[in-house]
Amino acid sequence: MGKLLHRRAWVTPYALLTPGMAWLFVFFLFPMYYLGKMALSQGLFPLFSFGWAWGNFSYAVSTYSTQFVRSLEYAGIATAVALAISYPLAYWIAFRGGRWKNLFLLLVIAPFFVTYLIRTLAWETILSDNGVVVSVLKDVHILGSDGRLLATSAAVIAGITYNFLPFMVLPLYVSLEQIDHRLIEAASDLYASRPSSFLRVTLPLSLPGVFAGVLLTFIPAAGDFINAQLLGTPQQYMIGNVIESEFLSLRDYPTAAALSFVLMGSILVLVLVFARALGTDRLTAGTAA
Amino acid sequence: MRWVRRHLLDAYALVAVVYLFVPISVVIAFSFNNPIGRFNYTWQGFTFENWLHPFGYPGLGGAVKVSIEIALLSSLLATILGTLIALALVRYRFRGSATTNLLIFIPMTTPEIVMGASLLTLFLNWKVPQGFTTILIAHIMFNISYVVVTVRARLVGFDRHLEEAAMDLGANELVTFFRVTLPLIAPGILAAGLLAFALSIDDFVITYFNAGSTITFPLFVWGAARVALPPQINVIGTGIFVIAVGGMLVNVLFQNRRARRLSTG
Repeated sequence: MGKLLHRRAWVTPYALLTPGMAWLFVFFLFPMYYLGKMALSQGLFPLFSFGWAWGNFSYAVSTYSTQFVRSLEYAGIATAVALAISYPLAYWIAFRGGRWKNLFLLLVIAPFFVTYLIRTLAWETILSDNGVVVSVLKDVHILGSDGRLLATSAAVIAGITYNFLPFMVLPLYVSLEQIDHRLIEAASDLYASRPSSFLRVTLPLSLPGVFAGVLLTFIPAAGDFINAQLLGTPQQYMIGNVIESEFLSLRDYPTAAALSFVLMGSILVLVLVFARALGTDRLTAGTAA
Repeated sequence: MRWVRRHLLDAYALVAVVYLFVPISVVIAFSFNNPIGRFNYTWQGFTFENWLHPFGYPGLGGAVKVSIEIALLSSLLATILGTLIALALVRYRFRGSATTNLLIFIPMTTPEIVMGASLLTLFLNWKVPQGFTTILIAHIMFNISYVVVTVRARLVGFDRHLEEAAMDLGANELVTFFRVTLPLIAPGILAAGLLAFALSIDDFVITYFNAGSTITFPLFVWGAARVALPPQINVIGTGIFVIAVGGMLVNVLFQNRRARRLSTG
């Protein structure tokens, strides 16, 4: 029996993998190849011809640099705020949740089962000019009499922060939940104060979660166009809005494809820089596993 | 001092949960609104009318139907494909497992707009008309990775001695898989399926790029947001929320009970 298993074992994993991986190959990698080809093509919809048109990239970057910088800036701020909001919350569930951890976790994720667009439209209602929030802020003179929340950078960043929060909370929770409590006890046995045992034991052990959370929040945030569209004005438009309109309204596919690659490239660079700053290659392994 | 700190964190968690639910309560409240005019932005009066006629707005019912069909089909297929990959990755050491891991990981870190756009260029190149099928293909694609990650997490903590015991007792591989392995990893598979369903029914960006003239519920909301916002949208949104959270709740409670039974038994 054992021998039989061994003889067949090398085929089995490939048999299990093939259908799903073939799907990803054809409908994820192939499309990337065609997008790359499109980024180097010229012509008008629907007749594009490939021709190493590197000019598409310089045109895309020079024309839309404002939106690029803005996207990275909004996504960066939103990610930092999301981290600040999520860390104590994930910590609370992991260390104070007890038997009901999963239930608390569900409570935190539950709001995100309301359709993304409807959630964002709800923020539009909340922040609207004749809404409660604006009128309270006007009463206490934080906002001037003609001040508004909607159609500002703050509104767009707030929307992005809220909408991608589960991507921050979940990895943080997973890494915090895995921490062996005996390590923290050991720290306090060795006379570490609570802040220093947090800083020197809990926080370092949760860094893989921080890294994964930052990655999973920053990436969709940088490519988002819905928040800027619904909560902002063209003054707040991000690179996602440009790609969307280049593809679906202007039908300038080559420029849009080039923009997509620049977006992916700049995300990749930032992620690598960030991974470097956190200091370990171990962290990337943690996210992939 | 310790008492204060302890409860400071409790208080924070409470405030955070309230913050998370603010927009949701707005969505639910406005599903009972009786708006004057086409937009459902300001409170005008309470009514059950929208709940009695959830599909009482032209085009909405059809869009919801398409969304549910795609969510069911894509979550079913992605769960099968993804579970098989997870089994291969956890159970076997083989050449190319690192590459496989990478290819599973990359779609989750690619901006949706880029995936949507790249599929659009693929279908343009292959001259495939966009519609129901292309949306389904896209949803299966982005769901596979999430299923693999979810099922794999469950498989890693799996006690293989149970399978060996079954084999020792004379069960062959197939019987062992269906009578021992599958029941044990079923909660993980169910969780993955629910997640895939939720991701599919909520997806806007990738769908938007590959829908052709087919309209899903999120696409309907997007189109509606420009011309009119009927309160029925809030009714459907609340409905999806209640059903999804209900499903997750059952899964969590079931796993809690199971965990307790296993730990005491």
